[in-house]
Amino acid sequence: MSRPSSMRTPLGRVRNLGSSHSGTTDFWRQRLTAVAMTLLIVPVIVIVLMLIGRNQAGAAQILGSLPIAIILALFIIASAWHMKIGMQIIIEDYIHNEKLKLASVMANNFFCIAVALASIYAILKLSSGV
Amino acid sequence: MAEFTLPKNSKITGGKAWPKPAGATETREFRVYRWNPDDGKNPSVDTYHVDINDCGPMVLDGLIWIKNHIDPTLTFRRSCREGVCGSCAMNIDGQNTLACTKSMHDVASGGAVKVNPLPHQPVVKDLVPDLTNFYAQYASIEPWLKTTTPTPQKEWKQSHEDREKLDGLYECILCACCSTSCPSYWWNSERFLGPAALLQATRWVKDSRDEATGERLDDLEDPFRLYRCHTIMNCAKACPKGLNPSEAIAELKLKMVERQI
Repeated sequence: MSRPSSMRTPLGRVRNLGSSHSGTTDFWRQRLTAVAMTLLIVPVIVIVLMLIGRNQAGAAQILGSLPIAIILALFIIASAWHMKIGMQIIIEDYIHNEKLKLASVMANNFFCIAVALASIYAILKLSSGV
Repeated sequence: MAEFTLPKNSKITGGKAWPKPAGATETREFRVYRWNPDDGKNPSVDTYHVDINDCGPMVLDGLIWIKNHIDPTLTFRRSCREGVCGSCAMNIDGQNTLACTKSMHDVASGGAVKVNPLPHQPVVKDLVPDLTNFYAQYASIEPWLKTTTPTPQKEWKQSHEDREKLDGLYECILCACCSTSCPSYWWNSERFLGPAALLQATRWVKDSRDEATGERLDDLEDPFRLYRCHTIMNCAKACPKGLNPSEAIAELKLKMVERQI
């Protein structure tokens, strides 16, 4: 945020650009993904334990099961979304330079989407046995 | 970026050690933050010794004793000296609280009583912080009853149950101990309203007589104004009145979700 002019009144500075009428969606989604991850983490750990020591064919066999592939995909979506919201909050907390903040938020979005898509692609590829 | 170090002109340098009062049998050491806007020097921490047999038990009594007997230039705000006005809020032994209700005996057994102004606010002089922004944030939540219905001939009525919902909110004395103890407020005090203003906002949002609840929530719904609160809970720990601003803020967030889902 650019620093408001010091000639403005204190109330004018506080009101500044007004309320953005947003934030609740991210707040709710952060909790939604947190609950989803809490529920999914147990089956995900079991799946990971099942995968230990197996080669690619063995992994593909396990991931060929539809419920297992769906559980892993849901976990990836929930955690990537949660990661995106959490990182954005940290950026907004600590980066006050407006241009740097916008660039960081943008990079954060790209990174999280890329991680999520790459992971889901890997799951789909393995589960379809290609 | 958020500032994690003090600016050059705010770094604390060595201070003056005042001699022990003559004839005193029992003394308590006070280390007090000093800064004078007129001498161009950096802030310092002065050391004083208070004759505890000649002064009251509270930290504020000690400060008043220093002002009366050792150093009349020591500057601090105080008024009611009984925890009602909120004027003497300061950082004592690392904790924001009221000097008038904090006993010297409760400060780390026998050690020096370290007194600093409320953190992360501009200093006017010594222990006096500039709370202009804090008060403007309070004004911004419009802390008064807003109604469209014509004012009744008698009073606006409220049930006992609805009145009880304001307990834990209306007692706030706006001392600023909570807001100035909040790291989120330190980093974003220009945009985050802070625990004190948000607790007051909750007080009006929950008032059954108020007819502007929706507009109030509209004004608060913002990633910075409200959602900078990360439930750190320093506010609840600091509040000298035993209130819980983070719980009040959680109620606001819940109402935001409630009206969307």
